[in-house]
Amino acid sequence: MRRAGAVAWNTFREAVRDRVLYNLVFFALLMMVAAIFVGGISIGIEELVIKSLGLSAISVIGLLIAMFIGVGLVYKEMDKRTLYALLAKPVRRWEFLLGKFGGLVLTLAVNTLAMAAGLFAALLYVKQHLERTDAVLLIAIYFILLKVMLVVALALLFSCYTTPLLAILFTSGLYIAGLFVEDMRTVQFVIPNPAIQTLLRGLSYLLPNFENFNVMAAAAHGRGIPGALILQNTAYAVLYSGIVLLVAAAVFSRRNLK
Amino acid sequence: MPDAAIEIENLTKDYPFGFLHLKKKRSLEGLTMQVESGEVFGFLGPNGAGKSTTIKLLVGLIFPDAGSARILGKSITDIEMHRDIGYLPEQPYFYDYLTAAEVLDYFARFHDLTAADRRERVARMLKKVGLETARKIQLRKYSKGMLQRVGLAQAILHDPKVVILDEPMSGLDPIGRREVRDIILELKRDGRTVLFSTHILSDAEMLCDRVGVIVGGKLRGVGAPSEIVGMKAQGMEILFELPAGGPNAGAIIAKATKTGDRYRLQVTEEELYPALEQLRGVGAKILSVAQVKASLEEYFMNLIDADRAQAAAVEVSGK
Repeated sequence: MRRAGAVAWNTFREAVRDRVLYNLVFFALLMMVAAIFVGGISIGIEELVIKSLGLSAISVIGLLIAMFIGVGLVYKEMDKRTLYALLAKPVRRWEFLLGKFGGLVLTLAVNTLAMAAGLFAALLYVKQHLERTDAVLLIAIYFILLKVMLVVALALLFSCYTTPLLAILFTSGLYIAGLFVEDMRTVQFVIPNPAIQTLLRGLSYLLPNFENFNVMAAAAHGRGIPGALILQNTAYAVLYSGIVLLVAAAVFSRRNLK
Repeated sequence: MPDAAIEIENLTKDYPFGFLHLKKKRSLEGLTMQVESGEVFGFLGPNGAGKSTTIKLLVGLIFPDAGSARILGKSITDIEMHRDIGYLPEQPYFYDYLTAAEVLDYFARFHDLTAADRRERVARMLKKVGLETARKIQLRKYSKGMLQRVGLAQAILHDPKVVILDEPMSGLDPIGRREVRDIILELKRDGRTVLFSTHILSDAEMLCDRVGVIVGGKLRGVGAPSEIVGMKAQGMEILFELPAGGPNAGAIIAKATKTGDRYRLQVTEEELYPALEQLRGVGAKILSVAQVKASLEEYFMNLIDADRAQAAAVEVSGK
């Protein structure tokens, strides 16, 4: 695990020096502009607008970083041959993959925490105080982090055996499909063909269910989120990511580095 | 420790190509050889001969289709084997955003060294490869030669017993080449085993106890460099100058090649002494007499031509 940790720290350092965290400047500007102008255009719903805008921005920025950096995590190292010297060291290929995954998740966690701090600062500016119900935002942000962790795992899997362009297509395709998992489960009952019903049912369990992580509306309105959902989403994201990483390790373990 | 540091048995590698990767091109065919403990072994061959493929198989970057190999008695599939080896990839490339000191520290972490040990070794290696003053510069600003030095430093950072270098002189200026040669000789003095690939004969002659020649994925010979090259000695070369206004040098000059004020004359060993007598007779100043060896390129070309001739013969007899 120490070796995976070294890879993770290096991946984080690469992201920071590659100016990935510069997106925070954009987020900060967005929050500042929103906080200053929202009062004038949305009387009475400033808080809702700030919360919705902030959570959406955190989600979109997180997803973009997870996909665009994630699909190059392994491919870039193979393409530039930086991996050659590393894999001649006593490091297993799965440790390298785990490290790359951990490094990007760490980057996203730091990024998300910084954006969360920005959101609360904007909220404080608009409301002049914070309430206990605002803490629900933290759960919504935690779910966003779980969601992007799952996206990183998928991007890493595709990064092991295909080009970044195809990996982006596959990852974004799976993400979009994963937003309609609940619909697949309900629509199967109105389709008479039993084969299609079985297919949709199978797909709905196989595809990552990203819709489960979306509690942005509830959080923006200050509604509580059940503890069971927190546990369920945490377990789901960890298990699903774990399985995807296992598949990635199996694919990568026999990959010839030409 | 076994006598053979590297044992390779029937190692074979095919690369798939074409649509759906259904076709296969054989890159290495039944390679069997040994590198003895403590020796410097040169792996010679033209580009595409299978040198890098063999090295990549040894360090676990690619996987064999047949055969096996062991380093210091451990299978190349055993992760523990990697503790004892150092590897310099061909034309190495490292993380642009790291400095030389950072990249060496990063690689040292995989060898479970303490922070103090890492610091000491990184400083020592940077000094050894002449990058002490450039230690804090990010690698994206490094030249090809400087990257080669970083590559060499990371390969020997952890005092490996077996050092495998893929074209270590590539991209280096004469001073850099000299420094790499010194490092290889120092490794030998310390009792390390060194396997390095090259297509430059002089490097092999200067450094290697033995060389292996590989062409077309097949091992074509193993032995001392002089044995390999000695087989192809092609006569003698006389370098001389003629005095201004001297006697007519006659027919012998017609056979010589003039470069500036100097003449080069190639003769067989039997013709050497008569030629020297003739040159003395015309007052020539003999500057040097040296044995003419086939260049490695010629040696490779002969092997390739022999392969082609054999393939053509098989084709004809098949008809």
